[in-house]
Amino acid sequence: MSYLELKQVTAFYGAIQALKQIDLTVEEGEIVTLIGSNGAGKSTTLKTISGLVPVKEGSVIYKGQDITSRKAHQTTKLGVAHVPEGRRIFPKLTVKENLQIGAFGVKDKKLIEERMEKVFSYFPRVKERLHQLGGTMSGGEQQMLAIGRALMMDPDLLMLDEPSMGLAPIIVEQIFHIIKELNDDGMTILLVEQNAFQALKVAHRGYVLQTGSIWRSGKGQTLLADPTITEAYLA
Amino acid sequence: MTQVWDTLPQVLIDGLTLGAIYAIIALGYTMVYGILELINFAHGEIFMAGAFIGTAVLIGLTGLGWVAVMPAIFILLLVLVITGGLTGMLGMGIERLAYRPLRKASKLITLITAIGVSFLLQDIVRFITETQQNNYIVNTPSLFPGSLSISGLNIRYSFLVVIIVAILMMVALEFFVNRTKWGLAMRAVAQDQDTASLMSVNVNKVISVTFFVGSALGGATGVLFAIHYGTIDPYIGFILGLKAFTAAVLGGIGNIRGAMAGGMLLGLLEMFAAANLSAITAGLLSSEYKDVFAFAILILVLIFRPEGLFGRAAIEKV
Ligand SMILES: Nc1ncnc2c1ncn2[C@@H]1O[C@H](COP(=O)(O)OP(=O)(O)O)[C@@H](O)[C@H]1O
Ligand SMILES: [Mg+2]
Repeated sequence: MSYLELKQVTAFYGAIQALKQIDLTVEEGEIVTLIGSNGAGKSTTLKTISGLVPVKEGSVIYKGQDITSRKAHQTTKLGVAHVPEGRRIFPKLTVKENLQIGAFGVKDKKLIEERMEKVFSYFPRVKERLHQLGGTMSGGEQQMLAIGRALMMDPDLLMLDEPSMGLAPIIVEQIFHIIKELNDDGMTILLVEQNAFQALKVAHRGYVLQTGSIWRSGKGQTLLADPTITEAYLA
Repeated sequence: MTQVWDTLPQVLIDGLTLGAIYAIIALGYTMVYGILELINFAHGEIFMAGAFIGTAVLIGLTGLGWVAVMPAIFILLLVLVITGGLTGMLGMGIERLAYRPLRKASKLITLITAIGVSFLLQDIVRFITETQQNNYIVNTPSLFPGSLSISGLNIRYSFLVVIIVAILMMVALEFFVNRTKWGLAMRAVAQDQDTASLMSVNVNKVISVTFFVGSALGGATGVLFAIHYGTIDPYIGFILGLKAFTAAVLGGIGNIRGAMAGGMLLGLLEMFAAANLSAITAGLLSSEYKDVFAFAILILVLIFRPEGLFGRAAIEKV
């Protein structure tokens, strides 16, 4: 049994079909990446898992539990964290409050403190900015805060939507380094990227999405070596 | 000029009383707007319902003999808590039944629904009142009769009560919004609902809490109004609600501190105009034109600062 499994998932925005019978699995401890061009349905796939977009047909199974029709605030309580595209930091909350809201489901104050310290160990920069408003931080800092905020719920499955978007190459390196480190520490990761080269390098397996359908899938290295993929996404 | 100077202390007292009432009602408008971008026109009627519920509870407690034997301040707290609880649930219920089903409809449709709810509440209160007595104007028993007289200045005890309770309510709200977990969730939902839900925040629950808190404060303010002014009718919520909404806009709609300041300012301006308009315009405009004066100021402010005096802030949409 897979850790996360999507079976024949379809999703619509009004009359527009965004996903067509998606089959996808993530095993415990893996980094799985989902690549594809703009509008392919990558973000929608993550949203059907977290519950922001309803699943029309098919099912989503997480740790053997059917979570197909759960609302977002219920899914996150099961340990599925979703770091949305564009980071979506709360601009008028302080950095500290952004972290606190990440642990909204947690009652134990001491546990919240502990997790915050753990976030600081991954992202020392976040600690320096604690009392600043989220909206005043740079793009890279916001991405680190967005990941840190997700770590506050101590997830088992971390879903990241284009974490490298719009960031300078050095920052992108750092972000990918952290993703690897989190995975080494035992976290299962589903990574959506347009930066296909970097993503396939770090991932165990990958899926290539094209206009709402899975076009290719396989080991990261295999996909990297596939000339049709190189041509379409790595040119 | 001497006229202005001589009336100033009384203007301050009356203006602060009225301003405190505007301020707290304005909070209800601003909180709901901050989260849903909805102008909840029924909020004035929540205030009115609070005045009636409070009066009914007070009359009931008088009948039981409690008012005669217990300290007035204890009776006041009891009335405030009961009324706040009931109007809070009323506001929450209105959101659940009337607004939530329209969440995805156009703003205009929700606005018209809110106006409909206003009329409904007015008529329900009027109907119930008329089953109890033969007209719909009600006198509230005075809980804090009498006044202090300091060098010609008349300070009613109920003024002190209104001001103190109003300030306590505002401080409590500030604390709630800025220092508690649910306040944090409220601010997050106001900024980005989808992302808030990814943080395990149940957005609908936060919206319910917002309506509860705003309506509880609005209803409690109705109690203060009834106790201070002594006479209420089912239509007091209309003009007062309109002015409180104005105060919210004056302070920058969506901004909690702005609503407090806007309310105070509007109350002071109105009482200033009531006392001095005739003297300032050499008898041309009588004090009845006080509203014109207050709204003229509002329009001036909005011409130069369309976002309101305190711009955008605490609770806001991105
Ligand atoms: N909120 C929305 N309303 C309507 N259509 C949408 C919405 N979000 C995405 N879409 C459409 O769904 C398709 C998939 O979008 P998305 O999942 O965001 O793609 P990706 O993340 O791969 O760029 C696109 O055609 C996009 O235009
Ligand atoms: Mg996307």
